[in-house]
Amino acid sequence: MRRPFVVWSALLVALSVPILAAGFSPYLAFRQPIYILAGFAGIVGLALMPLQPLLAARRLPGLSTPGARQLHRWVGMSLLVCVVLHVVGLWITSPPDVVDVLLFRSPAPFSIWGVIAMWSIFAAALLVLMRARLRLPWHLWRRGHAMLASLAVVSTIVHALLIEGAMEGVTKAALCVFVLAVTLKTMIDLKIWARKAR
Amino acid sequence: MTTTSKTRRTFLAASGALAATTAGGLLVPARATSLAPTKTMRGGSNNYRAGAPIVERIGGGGFWMTGTVRRAGDGAPLAGQRIQIWAHTTEGHERDAHSHGATLTDENGVYRLEMPQIVPAFGQAHGHLAYDSAEFKTVFLRPLMDSPNQTSLEAHFVLEPV
Repeated sequence: MRRPFVVWSALLVALSVPILAAGFSPYLAFRQPIYILAGFAGIVGLALMPLQPLLAARRLPGLSTPGARQLHRWVGMSLLVCVVLHVVGLWITSPPDVVDVLLFRSPAPFSIWGVIAMWSIFAAALLVLMRARLRLPWHLWRRGHAMLASLAVVSTIVHALLIEGAMEGVTKAALCVFVLAVTLKTMIDLKIWARKAR
Repeated sequence: MTTTSKTRRTFLAASGALAATTAGGLLVPARATSLAPTKTMRGGSNNYRAGAPIVERIGGGGFWMTGTVRRAGDGAPLAGQRIQIWAHTTEGHERDAHSHGATLTDENGVYRLEMPQIVPAFGQAHGHLAYDSAEFKTVFLRPLMDSPNQTSLEAHFVLEPV
C-alpha cells in the first residue's frame, strides 16, 4: 500500500534534484532564454533516462504490465523531444558550433559523445517504429533495442560528465551513476544477452 | 680504484652520448632555429565578425587577454598587428557585436586587451582570437581556460607571410 508511494517519491526526488540544482547555476544569468532551454532539455533528457530501464524491467510499483509499457513509450517519446529541443536550441544559440559538432569536427571532446547518444536514441526509436515491419524474433529485437539504449546511456554519461556547464557536479555525477546502475541491473535481470529470452 | 672505474665509465658514457648526438644531427652548430607558424584551431573562427573596431577595452573589463605576435621562421616580434578578440562573457554572447573588440601589438609584439569575465559556453570556458589582416596568413585561435575562475588567458601567434 505505502511502498509504491515511497518508491515513486524517492524516484521523483532523485530525478528532480539534479534539475533543480542546475537551476541555481551562476552561468544561467549570462545566457539567453533559448540557450537555457536547450541546456535544460539536455538535463531533463538525462533525468528521464533511468525511468526507461526501470519500466522495461517492471521494477516500478503500482503499474500493471501494459501500464509500465505505455509509460515506457511516453518517456521514450519525451526523451526524443528533449534531444530535438537540445540540438535545435543549441543550433539557434550558435549555429557554427552545432554544425561543427554534427560534422564531427568540433574541438570539444564531449560533443562527439553527444552525437553518438543522439543517433543511438534515434536508432532505438526507429527500431520501435519498425518493429512490425522488421518481423525480428522477439529476443533479437529486444537485444537490438537494449543495445542501442545502452549505447545512448553510456555516451550520454560521458557527454554530460565532460561538460563544464549548468549542472552541479555532485548531483550530475550521482544521476549518471544512477542511470548506469539501473541500466546494468535491467540488462542482467532481463537476461538481454542470454540465448533465449526469458 | 673506484675513482678510476667511475672515470672510465663517465668517459664511455660521454663519448657514447657525443657519438649519438653527432650521428643524430643534434650537434649541428649555428643552424638557424625555424619557428613554425601557428595553425588555426578547430572552431576558432566560429561567430567571427569581420572588422570589429579597435577599442580601449571590451565592455566593463576585469579579464585580460594577452599574448604575443611573432613572425614565422626567425621569430621576430611583429609590432602594430591587429588582433581581434571575442568570447561568451558576463556581458554578452559570442555573436553579440559588443562582445567583439580588437587591439594592436606594441613594439615588442605584445598585445593586451581588457574584456569582461569569460564564462563557460558550449561546455568549455574559452576565448576566440583572430589575425585577419592582409599582410600575413589568417589565423583563428580558440584557447581553453584551465578553470572558469581564471581572470586572464594567453594566446600566441606565429604568423606566416602571404
